[in-house]
Amino acid sequence: MVTGDVKLIGSWASVFVMRARIALNLKSISYEFLQETYGTKSELLLKSNPVHKKIPVLIHDDKPVCESNIIVQYIDEAWSSYGLSILPSQPYDRAIARFWAAYVDDKWFIALRSILTARGEEEKKAAIAEVEERTDHLEKAFIECSNGKPFFNGDHIGYLDIALGSFLGWWKVVELDANHILLDETKTPSLFQWAERFCNDPDVKPLMPETTKLAEFARKLFPKPQA
Amino acid sequence: MAKEVILLDFWPSMYGMRTRIALREKGVDFEYRDENLREKSPLLLQMNPVHKKIPVLIHNGKPVCESAIQVQYIDEVWPHKNPILPSDPYQRAQARFWVDFIDKKLCLGDQMYEAQRKVYATKGEEQETGKKEFIEILKTLESELGDKPYFGGDDFGYVDIGLIGFYTWFPGYEKFGNFSIEAECPKLIAWAKRCMQRESVAKSLPDPEKVVEFMAMLRKKFGVE
Repeated sequence: MVTGDVKLIGSWASVFVMRARIALNLKSISYEFLQETYGTKSELLLKSNPVHKKIPVLIHDDKPVCESNIIVQYIDEAWSSYGLSILPSQPYDRAIARFWAAYVDDKWFIALRSILTARGEEEKKAAIAEVEERTDHLEKAFIECSNGKPFFNGDHIGYLDIALGSFLGWWKVVELDANHILLDETKTPSLFQWAERFCNDPDVKPLMPETTKLAEFARKLFPKPQA
Repeated sequence: MAKEVILLDFWPSMYGMRTRIALREKGVDFEYRDENLREKSPLLLQMNPVHKKIPVLIHNGKPVCESAIQVQYIDEVWPHKNPILPSDPYQRAQARFWVDFIDKKLCLGDQMYEAQRKVYATKGEEQETGKKEFIEILKTLESELGDKPYFGGDDFGYVDIGLIGFYTWFPGYEKFGNFSIEAECPKLIAWAKRCMQRESVAKSLPDPEKVVEFMAMLRKKFGVE
């Protein structure tokens, strides 16, 4: 089967890039990974994503696709005969998966990020409370979507697993930074167990960044204000 | 006998307009219910407990939330008439990208209709900055449209549906922002008028005069009037 020329512009630390890489792994697509240097943007990146100038960018036979969730859907559709389906097969289930993936980006991630950017204890406490509330929503979403199966998508990882699971490296880093458990085995047991399964998936494991390395990078990205 | 499809909506919502258009493109019979956003119905709160927002599409009792997701759902459930998304995966990715752009740039974040809100509901420097940002966004879209009749090419589709609702707010932006959108983006206005020729669009968009009145009311609420 001819897959064409596939390149991915990204970075080892990016959640959004990881989504694309997991999807490519699921479809067993070989690709050239073009690592961006933190602090600069390559000419290829600026040319391929002139609107947002952000990673990831998938370049398939010289045609760029931008935005991680859109890239994942593209991978599923362009290589629909390869491997398993990433999106659910039923329109209603697809709508639910898309809804929660949008929630992860628009609500949950924003809250998680605000823990890292919080100034002072009050702000941090408020951010933590928000993350806990939103994680609780995701626990319910998992129970609803998985229907007793191991993943949001059922028997195998899929679109929503990828959307949320790619955050697990950073999730851990923020936990350490906040000195507060954010994925609680007793509060959100289904998500907790799902997280372990997700990280151990063979298409995910080699991509998950190592916590210490990521924490060090986080300190660069989110420097603490001088006392 | 309850209809198979119910749409919980709010008449000036450019998001609700997307779903109305999509349903009409497909010839789907639906019950339209206008919500009072200051007193949301129990059905709305039950069907969209996470965001408590309109539009909510209820199909055979099951809710679908978020307008862009609703339009894709409608396209997938009723695929045979007037396809909304292109069939080619790359074209689909492009279409999704541009609707995502509209959502990120024109109405980003949690604040109601952020970027375009600055144009009609702020004053002074904030408004001037808002206008500049807004025009830039429209110009990017106009550039993407190019000389094509519709964003996807010859056929009316996903991105057209994603953007056209904002057109009913244009007279209001112009009035309160004191500028001409047509002067800045003539091709976009030509595109909008073309879309208005379509029955599904004409039936789904409110009278812009009424939208101006609504925006005037919002300005009072934001303390600008």
